[in-house]
Formats: sequence, structure tokens, C-alpha cells
Amino acid sequence: MTGVVLSEIESLSQSLLPQVEAAASLEALDAVRVAALGKQGSVSALLKSLGGMSPDERQVMGPQINGLREAVTNAIAARKTALEAAALNARLAGERLDMTLPAPAQSGGSVHPVSQVMDELAEIFADLGFAVATGPEVEDDWHNFTALNIPESHPARAMHDTFYFPDEVDGKKMLLRTHTSPVQIRTMMNQQPPFRIIAPGRVYRSDSDATHTPMFHQIEGLVIDRGIHMGHLKWTLETFLKAFFERDDVVLRMRPSYFPFTEPSAEVDVGFTRDKSGRRVIGGSEGWMEVLGSGMVHPKVIEACGLDPNEWQGFAFGTGVDRLAMLKYGMDDLRAFFDGDLRWLRHYGFAALDVPTLSGGVGA
Amino acid sequence: MKFTLSWLKEHLDTDADIDAIAVALTRIGLEVEGIENPAEKLAGFKVAKILTAAPHPQADKLQVLTVDAGDGPLQVVCGAPNARAGLYGVFGIEGATVPANGMVLRKAAIRGVESNGMMCSTRELELGEDHDGIIELPEGAPVGTAFADYADLNDPVIDVAITPNRQDCMGVRGIARDLAAAGFGTLKPLALPQVNATFACPVEIRTDDQAGCPAFYGRVIKGVTNGTSPEWMQRRLKAVGQRPISALVDITNYVMLDHGRPSHAYDLAKLSGPVVARKAKAGETVTALNGKAYTLDETMTVIADANGAHDIAGIMGGEHSGCAETTTDVLLEVAYFDPDHIARTGQKLALASDARSRFERGVDPAFLDDATILLTGLIQSICGGEASEIVRAGQPPELGRTIQYDPQLSQRLGGVEVPDAQQRQILAALGFKIDAGWTVLVPSWRRDVDGAADLVEEVIRVIGLDNVPSTPLPRDEGVARPTATPMQMVERKARRAAAARGLQEAITWSFLPEAQAGAFGGGVWSLANPISEDLKVMRPSLLPGLLAAAQRNADRGAESIRLFEIGRRYLADGERLTLGVVLAGERNPRNWQSGKAQGFDAFDAKAEALALLAAAGAPVENLQVMGEAGDHYHPGQSATLRLGPKNVVASFGALHPLTAKAFDLDGPVVALEIYLDAIPAKKGKDGFARPAYTPPALQAVRRDFAFLMAADEPVDALLRAVRGADKANITVVRLFDLFTGQGVPEGQKSVAIEVTLQPIDKSYDEAALKAISDKVVAAANKAGATLRG
Repeated sequence: MTGVVLSEIESLSQSLLPQVEAAASLEALDAVRVAALGKQGSVSALLKSLGGMSPDERQVMGPQINGLREAVTNAIAARKTALEAAALNARLAGERLDMTLPAPAQSGGSVHPVSQVMDELAEIFADLGFAVATGPEVEDDWHNFTALNIPESHPARAMHDTFYFPDEVDGKKMLLRTHTSPVQIRTMMNQQPPFRIIAPGRVYRSDSDATHTPMFHQIEGLVIDRGIHMGHLKWTLETFLKAFFERDDVVLRMRPSYFPFTEPSAEVDVGFTRDKSGRRVIGGSEGWMEVLGSGMVHPKVIEACGLDPNEWQGFAFGTGVDRLAMLKYGMDDLRAFFDGDLRWLRHYGFAALDVPTLSGGVGA
Repeated sequence: MKFTLSWLKEHLDTDADIDAIAVALTRIGLEVEGIENPAEKLAGFKVAKILTAAPHPQADKLQVLTVDAGDGPLQVVCGAPNARAGLYGVFGIEGATVPANGMVLRKAAIRGVESNGMMCSTRELELGEDHDGIIELPEGAPVGTAFADYADLNDPVIDVAITPNRQDCMGVRGIARDLAAAGFGTLKPLALPQVNATFACPVEIRTDDQAGCPAFYGRVIKGVTNGTSPEWMQRRLKAVGQRPISALVDITNYVMLDHGRPSHAYDLAKLSGPVVARKAKAGETVTALNGKAYTLDETMTVIADANGAHDIAGIMGGEHSGCAETTTDVLLEVAYFDPDHIARTGQKLALASDARSRFERGVDPAFLDDATILLTGLIQSICGGEASEIVRAGQPPELGRTIQYDPQLSQRLGGVEVPDAQQRQILAALGFKIDAGWTVLVPSWRRDVDGAADLVEEVIRVIGLDNVPSTPLPRDEGVARPTATPMQMVERKARRAAAARGLQEAITWSFLPEAQAGAFGGGVWSLANPISEDLKVMRPSLLPGLLAAAQRNADRGAESIRLFEIGRRYLADGERLTLGVVLAGERNPRNWQSGKAQGFDAFDAKAEALALLAAAGAPVENLQVMGEAGDHYHPGQSATLRLGPKNVVASFGALHPLTAKAFDLDGPVVALEIYLDAIPAKKGKDGFARPAYTPPALQAVRRDFAFLMAADEPVDALLRAVRGADKANITVVRLFDLFTGQGVPEGQKSVAIEVTLQPIDKSYDEAALKAISDKVVAAANKAGATLRG
């Protein structure tokens, strides 16, 4: 009896394991599994035969038959894994795509250089304690001229090519502000000193050629406090320009000048050097270019705003935002700023996340 | 203001060279805009003598000369008809550059004869127009001398920008005074000629307009010869860009440039009766020296005689009474005109002149007598003649202004410590008189100085602003505090969000053509003096500017245009900060994945509006979609977004096809505007902590419903009704299908929504879900929708 069974185990093992190995598909493998391990299967029949054996025989044959079953089961599992892997590989091979194909296009947006530079200026001046103030662009001649010590017949009014509106409002001639300086007046009249403000915004002059546009951007700075003098003005401008251009070799040259609303007045030249392409770069002192107008706020202006010039004094300065942008980022045509040419905006614009920070540097 | 170095030295005794003077001028506030030395162009041109002249063997019109330019005889071929032996002229040596044409002179053979250099004409040296022959210098001119030196052309011309407050520096003497104060030499005393008045002035001179012409001094000079002015005067006038005209005219121009003092010389023969400064009559016309006729009004001052007005006083002389070659008797006018009057008249007439620019800034009121004497002296020495007594009608204003000054101010305001004695010295050199108690008398020529701050400026500009020590602004303790206002933060966030969403920020003009403003709501601010009709009306909307930019881009071939701008609209009640967006062309280009290009539609505009409003901090969940977006939009594909029925925070939609067509834009164009200042400010918050929140532990459940509702009813009403059906459980209601057609009754639409339910304490059982479903259906019914069977 035992001998017969042993030889049958041997023969089944000899035939089943190669059959498993030879199964070419999951279906074929399953057929082998059913033939061996199914209810009517050959290995199952052997297992059943254990019931008819004596305990001694069972002691010997049990492990033998179970060993066979285990060997076959393991072989089927291994074969199944292999067949599945092969099937997956075959499928994936069929799913191959040309990974050089372009991905869906994303349209990238941008921030205009003028906005970017205004954000940069706000960041720098915030560190110096300056808030950002605004005022109307449709202004009256009192705020734009008279309060700034520019009476009607003053030759300085002729320096501004002013856009006027035909109708008066509350008896005042209305115009488009020619500078951001009226924001000084509005700030001094509506708030309590001390003041530290910058006022960026659009300004207008009736002027149009290669380097002038009828609309452009200025930024005004104003400090009114006790004991503020020309030395503070100088330091503030030096500090601001060094921070803005992120260069320690920014050199300022102050020249006495004239603005009706400041006394003493100074124009500020900034030194430049030329880069390899011959372009002017701020820093060093190969040459000078005029960048800012400034001065100590005229006592008459302080008085016109209802403050006592013996108690309060300070300085003001103004410069072109477009010009600062051009000097820093290398544009050479002001008119392009206001054209909205997408190609220009993409080239000179800034990424949304280029938010100026002091820790990251204000420039981008 | 231009002057030459030698001219300056007429007034300033100095050894300083031109470079040092240029630096000093800029340093004290007289900005040097350029320096040009005519001698530099004339390098290599020498005084020479023609030794021999013989016919050219090969050419009839040429001669072969031997020329001595100081280095022995040279052979030169010359075509000038006046070239002859013994002539003194100007010779360009080999290597010299001819100023007129930039040609470099080389040794060359001309028709087979060697020529070494060139004898020059006036035009070739850019010294005049004469090109009929070579320059002829006087017999015995110093051969070999550089021509520039011989002709006194080695005299640099300095061009300085004079700020409007410095009338005194619109004459060379004023500049010399400033330089002397700055330590560059000594101001020479004013040399006044001796003039003998030999007869009483035969002409009555009056001022009937005390306000416009407070003082009118005059004198007659009889028996003059008005030829050309002397060489030295012509040279200086030409160097600074003044065309010599005649001796009398040149003399008045010279004194104007020398002393900043305009005057006028009349031909007495052309005048009749009293010469009077009076107000013009309304409509009176004057033909000025520039040949143009000006119509005056009664605010303007004229100089008139019995026959009428001759002169636009202080601005320009008249064509018919000026001096000519035939003039023998001259009436000299030296007047003081009120600066404000001159400025107003000049602005009204839009007439600029050298006289106006000086009178309107205020000439020295104490310089009328001296000016008259200077002018008379020059006229007599150049043109001869006998002078009358001076007639003085009216009186120039007394300046005599005093300022109480505290020398501490140089530190307190100027930021630089200057010893009292030095301040005294600087002010004195500028003509100020200071007493022991620092009462400062302002010189008559410094109308601009009227306060202590002006004196500080005088001191520190002479000291040099580079000597003002840089002083840090006092700084608050700690890290700088935030300064941006809530509105500024809204603007910044909206801008960065728009850029992040793929929009390009543009900046367009604040002014529009009238028609465009009209089509977008109408502009209320229309310029009286626009630079062009295209830039006339302040924009009531940001869209026309962006559409015009879109049009330019489309014309350049751009396929997809996504532009935005943040700026103001200018309305009757103020300026409103607004964000405008225009989307035109392709939303997606044709591509290998989805085929054809897709255009934008109104929902692209809505998506941008909602996203940007959210970024700007608007409570977007509370927005209501309403109508009345404006006539520039498609009437059926546009809307406003409101917070409450009256507060419109945005409008959006597809542009009206006619609007798009007006900008030559093909295909659908969509747009939106967000009225940033209409977004309610965030309520003040207590610190930064957010409301407490724990994500729910239980799984959310989704249920789908399909309803039928009237096709022309807004779906939003249904969605809102469902959202409100059970606020505790329903967290999200989402439309996922919208259908009309087969299976849906005529006039109705099928609306399929997905409702998300969030259990809070315990999971839903069937009964709970049913209860919520019933509420949803009931709410939908109330909103006019029925559950689809």
C-alpha cells in the first residue's frame, strides 16, 4: 500500500510541477490547479486517501502528501505572479506614449514694472517708517500750485505743461495734477504731524516726444517733524537709492536748485558706470544723471497747510517711478510702458510671486 | 544762458581754468549743461601767406601756390578765384579736419600736381556762409599762428541752466558775482562810462500804467551812425547764439546778456508825439519784431506814441519803430515792468523772448540809471552821437527787504555747521548787507530772497551741499511696523492674483477719445487742452484702454490676449480704484490633445471675477448675480455681481459684438471690471487667531437630485434654495448637469445637482437621509422646481 502511494506521489510530482511551469496563461494555470487541487483533483484524491490508512501509515504518508500539495500550491502561486507580471508588462508596453510631446500650455501672467517698482519702494520706505499716501489726479489749482508757493504768474507754472478742465469746481480751476506734490499738501492739512509718507501715482503733463509721455508716474516723499534738516534728506535719499539698486557704491551728488515749494532746494544726481554693452548702470561715478528733485519744505508751504513753520520742518523729494524702473531694469523707451504690448510685458514684467521683501532683496 | 570764458573774465578777476569754473558753477546751483570751445574745431588751421601763385598745368580753374604757414614753403593746389601771391589767409595743414565736412586733409595729387593742405573759405571753417573765395586776412597777419588764437576764437562757450529764481544770473555779471562768492576770484568793480548830456530830452516820456510799468527811463541820442557792431561784440554775440543785426540792436542785446537788463532802442524818426507806457486797448494789434501780429487786451501794457502802440512792453519791440541802417536819432527805453504783468501777458500771447524771460523773473529795480549810462556809453563809442538828459517817468519799486537771520539756522535747517564769520563773508560777497545783530539787507537784484530759509540756501550752496553731513533719520525702536492701508493691501493682492492667474498687467492712458468714453458710460472730465483728440476725456471705465491695447496686440498677430489693469475711473463723484480685465482671442490654442482652438466665453469672465474678488477679500459666497452690466456688454451674456442690491462690486460678460467691432476685434471678447473700492473693508480683527475648527471625523455623504424647472428661470435660485434647505447638514450644493431636449418638457430644463451632507455627531441612517432629502425636495418645490421622476 505505502509503496504504491509513494510512487503515485512521485509520479504526480513529476507530472504536475512541469505542467504548472508550462502553463502559458492564467486560464491554463487555473486548469492545472483544478486538475490537481480541485475537488476531483489528483492531489485532492490522494489527500482523501489518507482517511483509509492506518495510523502508522498516516504518520508516514500524511507529511508526504501534504508536502506534495504544498509544493504544487506554491508552484501555482509563483507561476501566477510571473504570468501576471508578464501580462502587465505587455499592457504597459502597449501604452507607451511619446514623452517629448508638449504638455498643455499655461499662460503665464505678469506684473507691470511700474507696479513692481512701486511695491519695491513701499517696502523700502516702510522700513524707514514711511506710509503710502494717495490723492486725487483730477486736482484743483490751489493744491497743485498755489499751496505749493506757485502763484498764478509764477514762471514755474510755465515749467509745467498743465492739462486743464474747462469748468471750475467750487470756484477752483480744475486740472490734472502735474506732480504728486499736492499729496503733501493734503497730508499736511488732513493729519497731525509728524509725517513720513511716500505718495506714488500718475501725473500728467502736456508733453509728448521720445522721452516724454503725457502721463507718467512719480513718487513723492515727505518728512515733517521737529529738527529735520538737510542732512536727514541726504541720508534718506542715499539709503533709499542704495536699497533700491541693491548696491553699496551708489554715489549721490546734490546740486543747489530751485523749486518754489522747497527752500533750500537740491537736485540729486546719481553716479553711473557703463557696462560692457555701453548701457548706463547705477553705481560708481563715471558720469552723473539727474534722478531726484528735493529740498526742505518751504516755510510758506508749511504755513499754507496750517502748521507753524517755527515748530515743524522737514524735507520733500520727488522722482519718476518709470525712470527708476528704466534705470534699474534697463528699459530704454518710456512710451512702451503704456502700450500694453504683450511681448514687452512678458519680457519686462515680473512673476506674480516676485513680491519684494527686505529679506529676499527688493529687486527681482 | 550762454557766455564765453573771456566774457566772464570782463567781470571776474580769476586764474581758475575752465574745468574748475565748470565744476564750481554746477556746485553752486548754476548747472553747466555744456562747454564748447570753437578752437577745438580749428586745430591745424594756421595763418599763412601765399608766396607764389602760378597756373595749374592741367586745369584752367586751378592754381599751384606756394604757401608759408610758418614751416617753410609748401606746394598747394587751390581753386579759389581770389588766391594770389601776397595774400594772407588761413591754411589747413596735413592731418587737420575741415569743420564743415569732417574731411581730413591729406597730401594728395590734384590733376597730377602734389598738394599739401588747403587754403580755406569762411564756410569751410563754419565761420560764415561765404564760399566765393578763400579768407583774406589783413596784410602782415602773423604767419604760423594758430588761426583760432589769431581770431580770438579760443574762448570756450559755457552753457548754464538758470533756475527761474535767479534772474540775476541771466546776465554774465551775476554769474561772475556768484563765482566770486564761491571763492573763484574777485568781482571787478562796475566800470561806468562818462556820459555828458548836452541837451534836454526832446521827447515827452510818460507811464500811464503804473501797475504794469512802474518806471520808464528814456534818453535821446542824436547823430548816430548805425552800422555793424564791432568785431569783439559780434564775436561774443555769435558765440552765445545771437545773430548780429546792427550796432544799436546788438548793443541792447549785449547789455541784456551782460547784465540781465533788457532795453529797447527806437528810431526817433519813426515816433511822433509823447512816448507812453499805457494799457493796451482791447483788440489793439501790434506787429512785433518777429513779423507776427498780436491782438492785445486791456490787461497788457504797450509802449505807444501818438500814432498807436509800437511795443508789447517788456516782451517784444514793434516792427515799425525799431532801428535800421538809416537811423540817426535814437530813443532809448530802459523801463521796469511788473513781473506778474509780463508773465501773464507772455502766457496769454504764448510769446517767448529773452526780454520776457528776464522781466517776468524781475530785473534789478535799482539798475535803471546804470543801465542807461552803460547803453549810452556803448552807443556813443560805437555809433557816435550826442546824448540828452535822462527822463525818469515813474519810479521802480524799492526792494530794500530785510530779513532777521539766525546763523544757527545753517545747522538747524541746512544740517551743516558754518562759523558765523564765514556765513557773514559768504552773504556779503553775494551783495547782502548784514548788521551786527544779523539783520540782513537783501540786494536789489535778489527778488527771490525773502526769508531766512533763503539765506540758509545761499550759505549752504556756497559751502557746497557735498559738505552737508549725511544724518540718519531717527528710527522707531524694533522692527518696522506695517504701513499699508487696507485698500493698498486689496490692490496688491488683486494684482498678484491676476498675474498668478495668467493675466498680463498693462498700464493704459487715463484719457480716452470722447466716443470711447461715451460708449462706456460717458466721461465727465473732458480736458480743455488735450494733447490730441485721442487723449481727451478721463476714462469712465478701464475697458476701452485695455481693448485698444488688445487691438494693437491682435494687429501684431497675438493669438491669445489676457490683459488686466488696476487704475482709477474718473467719475463725477471721485476717482474709483478699479481692476479691469479683457480676454480676447484664444483661450486654448489648437493643440494635439483637444484639437481646435477654443475662444473665451462669458463664464471665463465670471471665473476671473470670482477668483479676483476672492483674492481681494470680498465675501464671494454672498455675491448675487444681477443684471445691468452696461450697454457695452452682450445683453444676454453679462451680469453684475453685487453685495446687496445696490452695491455693485463687479460687472462681467461677453462684450457686445458692436463694441468688439469698434475695436476691430474678431471673435468673442469677454471682459470684467472689479470695483475695488466697493468691496467692504474687513472688520477689525482681534489678533491673528482663526475661529476654532476641527475637521469632522465622520465621512461626508453625497446625494444626487434631478429637478425640472422653467427654462428661463436662473438656476442660482434653485441652488440657493437647496443650500438653505438644511444648513446644519448640507455643506455643498453643486450643479453637475444641465439639459434641455428629449425627455424634458417644452419650456423646462433638467437640473442635476449633487448635495454634500456632512454628519456631525453620528452617521446618517436611512431615516435621517430621507428626512434631509425631503427637505431638499420641498425647498426645490418652493423655488419652482419639481423632482424629476
